[in-house]
Amino acid sequence: MSQLPIYGMMAEFDTPQRLMDAAHHTSAAGYRKIDAYSPFPIEGLAEAIGFESNAVPLVVLIAGIVGGVTGYVMQYWMAAVSYPLNISGKPYHSWPSFIIVTFEMTILFAGVAAVLGMLALNGLPMPYHPVFNVPRFAFASKDRFFLIVFASDPKYDASSTRNFLETLDPRAVMEVPS
Amino acid sequence: MAQRIEEERSGRKQAPVIEPGHTFGSVTDQISSIVLNRPTSTGWFIGFGFFFMLTMMLLYALAYLFLKGTGIWGVNIPVGWGFAIVNFVWWIGIGHAGTLISAILLLLRQSWRNSINRFAEAMTLFAVASAGIFPLIHTGRPWLAYWLFPYPNTMRVWPQFRSPLVWDVFAVSTYFTISLLFWFIGLIPDLATLRDRSENPFAKIIYGILAMGWRGSARHWHRYETSYLLLAGLATPLVLSVHTVVSFDFAVSIVPGWHTTIFPPYFVAGAIYSGFAMVLMLAIPIRKIYNLEDFITERHLENSAKVMLATGLIVAYGYVMEAFLGWYGGSKYDAFLLWNRLHGPYAFFYIMLWVCNIIVPQVLWIRKLRTTPAALFLISGVVLVGMWLERFIIVVVSLQRDFLNSSFGMYYPTRWDWMTYIGTIGMFLAAMFLFVRILPMISIFEMRTLLPEAEVKE
Repeated sequence: MSQLPIYGMMAEFDTPQRLMDAAHHTSAAGYRKIDAYSPFPIEGLAEAIGFESNAVPLVVLIAGIVGGVTGYVMQYWMAAVSYPLNISGKPYHSWPSFIIVTFEMTILFAGVAAVLGMLALNGLPMPYHPVFNVPRFAFASKDRFFLIVFASDPKYDASSTRNFLETLDPRAVMEVPS
Repeated sequence: MAQRIEEERSGRKQAPVIEPGHTFGSVTDQISSIVLNRPTSTGWFIGFGFFFMLTMMLLYALAYLFLKGTGIWGVNIPVGWGFAIVNFVWWIGIGHAGTLISAILLLLRQSWRNSINRFAEAMTLFAVASAGIFPLIHTGRPWLAYWLFPYPNTMRVWPQFRSPLVWDVFAVSTYFTISLLFWFIGLIPDLATLRDRSENPFAKIIYGILAMGWRGSARHWHRYETSYLLLAGLATPLVLSVHTVVSFDFAVSIVPGWHTTIFPPYFVAGAIYSGFAMVLMLAIPIRKIYNLEDFITERHLENSAKVMLATGLIVAYGYVMEAFLGWYGGSKYDAFLLWNRLHGPYAFFYIMLWVCNIIVPQVLWIRKLRTTPAALFLISGVVLVGMWLERFIIVVVSLQRDFLNSSFGMYYPTRWDWMTYIGTIGMFLAAMFLFVRILPMISIFEMRTLLPEAEVKE
């Protein structure tokens, strides 16, 4: 076991409150490369582990603008430039009729970007991840809460990090092989 | 908090959103075991088998249609829009409740939605899929349906973007795509739960692939929640736009009974009305069969009934206004349409429409009935029939007696019309049977957030 490269040190908690407190203590102790796992979203936990840059809204905004412009320009070009067709005497560039498709294209692009952008920024789909090497981690999708200090953290040291995590009132502390 | 204020004001105790005594583990086990451990019952096989047979009947009717053409239907001149459009509008309206529950109630922080949003979204998907069949086959040459989309072609022509029918293509296909994404993104954390709980290696692999390696990292949850909220914000105007655009198919024309500005809001209200009726018709048997009374409580039934009552009144306003303007508006064609609705050959259906949609649902003012599942089930059935009749009256009666007496006619659906319609109901219910068997029908992770233990102080 100890010959394998180590991915990090993981602590298991019973309640979301303990995980939240542990996340605050761990980052206060100077650990920077940490992550927390929970079976449901916990407000403030991402901030507690030092996560700030959420790019999802920007991605959605850009995609929405691109979608709207695409929708409108497409209709204008098709109806007024590429194949002008007189429909009951309406102008070729009859903009009120183009609003609905413009709106739908805005929503379509923004919605698809919200999902694909979220997945891409999260690095999903990810077929393999070392945290799943811990058998207890299966409970992270049920009723247990996990905190990990990655081995890449400059302050990481197998024994001192383990001792530190033991002080946070966990159920167990485990080493994560990578 | 809001619940407490509400209780103090009304002086009575509301049923809880989730019965007390549950933990993260028990919620997870109870919902996931329906999929993972519960043996597939004979009743499930009988139900699925029956509706699957109806689906086969649909395929038979469609195959014959493609062979012979739309002449096998009852449509002709003057009634060129028959069952296909009636059923399209009916189905797509039913879909609207799912998006309302998942998106609008999320934005309004109605936490009771968490236990019914998943299967309501599934209902939306299957309803929109059923709806989508009809305009496709109504084109007459469905193998050329891709002509509706703007794609570069050798004929060098483009869709005609001033037509509401093209708007409909964009609205409905966007609606289906966004509903599918919304449903799937909500499923990801629960698929991870099923992956971790499943003991069947085959199921584990399938759920694992679908969960895409979800591990519940706080960073992931943060982006996930942002994305989910933004999708809800996008889906809210979308769902209101879809039935608005459907109503434009009628309102932009100059046919009496169609050419009216009240159509968009009244169509949207009608859509939500029939959608909640379908949610109740599905939820009431499901909670009974799968013992989910702890999660789908009386509160959910009562709230759904209240939404039905409110949207039903909006629909009633629409009916009254239509009739009032027919009488007061001064257009002899509108006045004739009103007369024809009340005294023409389809008068019985017009009266039944008022009975089903306006009169019968008023019993929902009685609280006892709002919390009695059997009564709600029956009332919902009546509303679904009523909303189907509404679309029948709008489509058929408006066309059936044209401006000139020489083009008066009648519309009689043929057995192929009925087979197609009943076939889509079979397809819809067969898909629901599959859904409750292979996916968690209640959002497990959102149920966990409803528990008191989930509250965290920073």
